[in-house]
Amino acid sequence: MIAEIGHFAVILAFCLSLVLAIVPMMGSVLRQTLWMAMGKPLAVGLFGLLLIAFVSLGYCFATDDFSVAYVAHNSNSLLPLPYKISAIWGAHEGSFLLWCLMAAGWTLAVAVFSQSLPRVLVARVLSILGLCSVGFLAFLLFTSNPFKRLLPHAPIDGRDLNPLLQDFGLIIHPPMLYMGYVGFSVVFAFAIAALLGGRLDAAWARWSRPWTTIAWSFLTVGIALGSWWAYYELGWGGWWFWDPVENASFMPWLMGTALMHSLAVTEKRGVFKSWTVFLAIATFSLSLLGAFLVRSGVLTSVHAFATDPERGVFILAFLLFVVGGSLLLYALRAPTVQSSTQFSLWSRETLLLLNNIVLTIATALILVGTLYPLLAEALSGSKLSVGPPYFNQFFPGLMVALALLLGIGITVNWKHSRLMQLFGYLRWALLGALVLGSALSVWHTQGWLLPVWIGLVVVIWIALSALTDLFRKLKHQSSLWRGLRKLTLSYYGMHLGHMGFAICILGVVLTSFYSEERDLRMAPGDQLQLSGLTFTFMGTQQVTGPNYKADQGEIKVTNADGDVVTRLYPQKRQYQVQRSMMTEAAIDPGITRDLYVALGEPLGEGAWAVRVHYKAFVRCIWLGALVMALGGVLAVLDKRYRRRRVVVSNEQTAETVYSHA
Amino acid sequence: MNPVRKNRLRIVLYIVFGSSLAAVLGLMALDENMNYFYSPVELAAGKAPVDKTIRGGGLVVVGSHQRDTQSLANTFSITDGQAIIKVHYTGILPDLFREGQGVIAVGKLNASGELIADQVLAKHDENYMPPEVEGALKQAGHPDYSSSSSPATVTN
Repeated sequence: MIAEIGHFAVILAFCLSLVLAIVPMMGSVLRQTLWMAMGKPLAVGLFGLLLIAFVSLGYCFATDDFSVAYVAHNSNSLLPLPYKISAIWGAHEGSFLLWCLMAAGWTLAVAVFSQSLPRVLVARVLSILGLCSVGFLAFLLFTSNPFKRLLPHAPIDGRDLNPLLQDFGLIIHPPMLYMGYVGFSVVFAFAIAALLGGRLDAAWARWSRPWTTIAWSFLTVGIALGSWWAYYELGWGGWWFWDPVENASFMPWLMGTALMHSLAVTEKRGVFKSWTVFLAIATFSLSLLGAFLVRSGVLTSVHAFATDPERGVFILAFLLFVVGGSLLLYALRAPTVQSSTQFSLWSRETLLLLNNIVLTIATALILVGTLYPLLAEALSGSKLSVGPPYFNQFFPGLMVALALLLGIGITVNWKHSRLMQLFGYLRWALLGALVLGSALSVWHTQGWLLPVWIGLVVVIWIALSALTDLFRKLKHQSSLWRGLRKLTLSYYGMHLGHMGFAICILGVVLTSFYSEERDLRMAPGDQLQLSGLTFTFMGTQQVTGPNYKADQGEIKVTNADGDVVTRLYPQKRQYQVQRSMMTEAAIDPGITRDLYVALGEPLGEGAWAVRVHYKAFVRCIWLGALVMALGGVLAVLDKRYRRRRVVVSNEQTAETVYSHA
Repeated sequence: MNPVRKNRLRIVLYIVFGSSLAAVLGLMALDENMNYFYSPVELAAGKAPVDKTIRGGGLVVVGSHQRDTQSLANTFSITDGQAIIKVHYTGILPDLFREGQGVIAVGKLNASGELIADQVLAKHDENYMPPEVEGALKQAGHPDYSSSSSPATVTN
């Protein structure tokens, strides 16, 4: 009964999304105020219905209704309740329902927070978001209905959630990621609405910026959580594999990063307008491409859902419609957009353009590496894959270039800077980065390594150039405190975001070059020396969890003085329902290093294959990502995005411009 | 040419130069790092290059997995129902590695036609078969795969 209510709610939501896609848009064309005003109640209804559907599915999980196929495949009566709830998005159908719910949530947010925008624009934006929801919900209803029943032969118990997904990281990773993916639909809708209206200006960029930034922050956290999860849950101790599905989330992130910077230029200086629109389209298209890659089953990947080709065809058709339609509109409208302002070579505009070029090149190369295997198979039938070395060959270099540009970019003036003056500002930061970077890079016991040196120099360069900029901003203030208070939240957000980037680089470089790892056979009493620590294998014993049995190893870690640093208890779990083995790594976390131990297979006579890692500074990678996301949140909280009244008074004029466009 | 145009031209030239350089370097890197997939039949027929990183995949032959008692060295064989290829791998096998299960081994062929793997992939969902392996099995006319597309039967 409850499942049918959920199913019915999705059908109703589909109908509402059709109305939402058509009526406000028609209203904006035919100047029907009432039709345009329908956008908001429709958005509320859409979200409400999908929430009902989502809660219904959750209820089916919580009450172990195994007559629902999706529940039977992904849950079990023994599964702990929190995992029953998170199992809603544990596989394809339910996770897509979550996707649709979030799309409706963003639509609702636009309807609620856009009171101050011109009515025509809001109507169009909501209609375009409605059109996206039509596509998503059609996909959900016709190819991936999570409410399908297994009647009359309902199983007694379910097949259980994949043990890999029975984990805290996986409870929050997909929602964050989808918030980011779907969030980019808002800036996409703004861009399309602006193209339709023929008005691309600073105001459009100002409205789009907070939406882009907040979606980007979600995506940042989502990717970081995914990386963290892979690190501790897959039992390999790696944090990034250049897996096609990782790339699928990383490409929209890179494009979204470019978009945020390009929007800044469009808002402040009114240039790069058509480029910004193009980036908005590209970012959302890459999000959809990501969905296609993950859900169509065309890829060999850790994450790929095993699915039927019908779904792939559907998403591909939707993708082509979105990309084709928006690019066609872009081709028709963009040439009419003119930028009148000029800027010189040494200006913030140029530096942000270079930022965009670097990010676009990185995205394009990742796209090639990700799609080439598919293309090659379609064209010549040969099956191949592109290995991580391909990505590692160009990506670090591009990021170093980005980091170097960043330092100049935050100091340089809009429009024009004199080169000598710029050099005058930055020489101390440059000198400091070189000196400190060199000093720190020789300090480590492993000796001087070129990549570490480069990494440390660019990290310190980012930090010092930010300080230089802050110093310049405060120089003429009467007191430090007053000066700091005068600076805007978005200014702090920017610097925080850049610091996050620097911390992330630091983590990546140090963990790549200062980590040590060893896979070996260990019998009880065996010892291993690694990075100045002694790992002693104490043996294993049987333990029992709620829905699994496990062999639990004990590994004592002692330092050079013989003091016990920690005891680690890695597990090898056998889940009862799926009969599958799972490695549960044991980690002693720390900012400067993680000690990471995982059990391989039993080798007889109490001996085990054991994986021991010393991961230097690995946590900085995720910490950096969190700091970046926090920077995004700070930027969005800036009060200039909340200056309602000022904008409202402009509405009248804005609207007249729109209706003539 | 007026200074604004000149400036613009310079920027455009930078962009063109930069992106072509990136494209060339990218394609070179791509060419070096492509790993082709070969089925056991193709490997046995000598279609794969020796000493270049390739991917070989098939079902692990039941009873073929042997493990050294004092180190992490493993040997096992993979098959598509027609040919059998021996794989050497030193390290920790993935959790879902099992005899009868579809796996992909990434590594190089040695002179005697055996695959020296430095990575073995088994999927994390046991109902999921790597598409390459499934294709290879179908092509070789493996009994479980000749018509059905459902790989779930293999593990049982």
